[in-house]
Amino acid sequence: MAALTVDISGKCFPAVAGAPAKKALGRVAFDVAEGETVALIGPSGCGKTTLLNLAAGLEGEAAGTVRRLAGRRLAYVFQEPRLLPWRTVEDNLRLVLADPSDPQERIGGLLAEVGLLQARHVFASRLSLGMARRVALARGFIVEPGLVLLDEPFASLDAPTARRLRLLLLRLLAMHRTAALFVTHDLDEAIMLAQRLIFLSATPGSLVRELRIDLGPAERHDPAAVARKRLEVMALPDVAALLELDMEDPGP
Amino acid sequence: MVAGRALEEAAGQRQAVPGRRGLRLRLWAPVASLLALFVLWQLVAVIAADPRLMPPPGAVLARLAEEAASGELAHHLAATLARVAASFVIAMAIGTGLGVLMGRSLLADLLGQPWLVFFLNLPALVTIVLAYIWIGLVESAAVLAVAMNKIPNVMVTVREGARAIDRSLIEMAEVFAVPRGRVLRHVVLPQLYPYLAAAARSGLALIWKIVLVVELLGRSEGVGFQISIFFQLFDVTGILAYALAFIAIVQLIEWGVLQPIERRLGQWRR
Repeated sequence: MAALTVDISGKCFPAVAGAPAKKALGRVAFDVAEGETVALIGPSGCGKTTLLNLAAGLEGEAAGTVRRLAGRRLAYVFQEPRLLPWRTVEDNLRLVLADPSDPQERIGGLLAEVGLLQARHVFASRLSLGMARRVALARGFIVEPGLVLLDEPFASLDAPTARRLRLLLLRLLAMHRTAALFVTHDLDEAIMLAQRLIFLSATPGSLVRELRIDLGPAERHDPAAVARKRLEVMALPDVAALLELDMEDPGP
Repeated sequence: MVAGRALEEAAGQRQAVPGRRGLRLRLWAPVASLLALFVLWQLVAVIAADPRLMPPPGAVLARLAEEAASGELAHHLAATLARVAASFVIAMAIGTGLGVLMGRSLLADLLGQPWLVFFLNLPALVTIVLAYIWIGLVESAAVLAVAMNKIPNVMVTVREGARAIDRSLIEMAEVFAVPRGRVLRHVVLPQLYPYLAAAARSGLALIWKIVLVVELLGRSEGVGFQISIFFQLFDVTGILAYALAFIAIVQLIEWGVLQPIERRLGQWRR
């Protein structure tokens, strides 16, 4: 049984307040196996976030099925960290726990994993973006999720910070054996983190291609190996066309 | 993020003059300004030269001490404060509930809007007189009349807050399956605090003014009742003494209760 099964023939947003109805997604079918990491790549505005929201149950109905493995919790690392600014780092993690009186050690342990043990009693309003992103990651993993959804979790960070956080995510995913579906603009990031890439077309996004990335853990940590793989992927004709599209509209 | 207008404005004012000099200025400017008021009062009293019409501050303070010593002041202040407290709690509770409902539900907003306009524009005097006619000259009528005057104001302020609630945080809580009670307490309420504080502050100021009218029209104790007696006796000194006492009490509530609560809840902003 897969951690997530998506098989939809389309998703439309109804007309609201003068804006015409919009087709956000076309035909998309794939699944994410337990413990597997899958990256969603596509031009901006093609409905990647909509797809994640569908998987999270935030978008209402679509034509087709979106099914998650029952009995496991879900985590979502949003594009903005979405922390409660009026709560401390620790209390932000406690908020999502099934039992908020959970032992201190578990929260402390996870905060240590993301390197934020010192900031445990700091109000979330005082964190830098990089720190807030790490708290958002920790909040995702504290619930021991069966599946974690990530929406460009490292966007608008400086390159070294983004790389540190990617390595952190790689470690967390391996350690917690969590399945992950994540959206990215960055092909290098996708190759470094994911076992499988899914390419979506321009809006309304439909599945164009699936690609397995067979890199070992050591190669994923090696920027040169990742770059070599990227060149290989970019040489594929349909991928090249999609990436051209993205170049014209680099998105936000 | 959360649009805590009232709170941010207040913070902005406090930060206008930075540093040690600012601190001293902040301490002395209000004191000097208050002294100026008393000096001006004294001056007017001297020019008027009629202590019955315009008693000097000294006479009013002496009268205040006299009333305090006899226990009269405490008796009437307590009666008025009890009415203020009861009306305040009722108005805040009902106003907050209805305000949140109107802020979150379009249907409730559309249905409630005409009622809101009606009650916002209903003169306080009309509510008071009608409450006394329909319910009788009893305590519950007085408290209800005051609360009815304040509820629409609370609703308008809280509705604004409910509209400004950050949808993305609610979504986050939904995805992580956070229980409803916890969402209300940790996600929704903190976003409403600045609006509740604004409603509470303006509420207190409005309510105690209306309570005096209620007492003047149909109660036999309280500051408003005393003032009606002084009015009949043409006792301006007594009127000013009771007014002064009440202003002091309201300011003490502001310093001793409202501001500490606000500081605690606004800790994360600093």
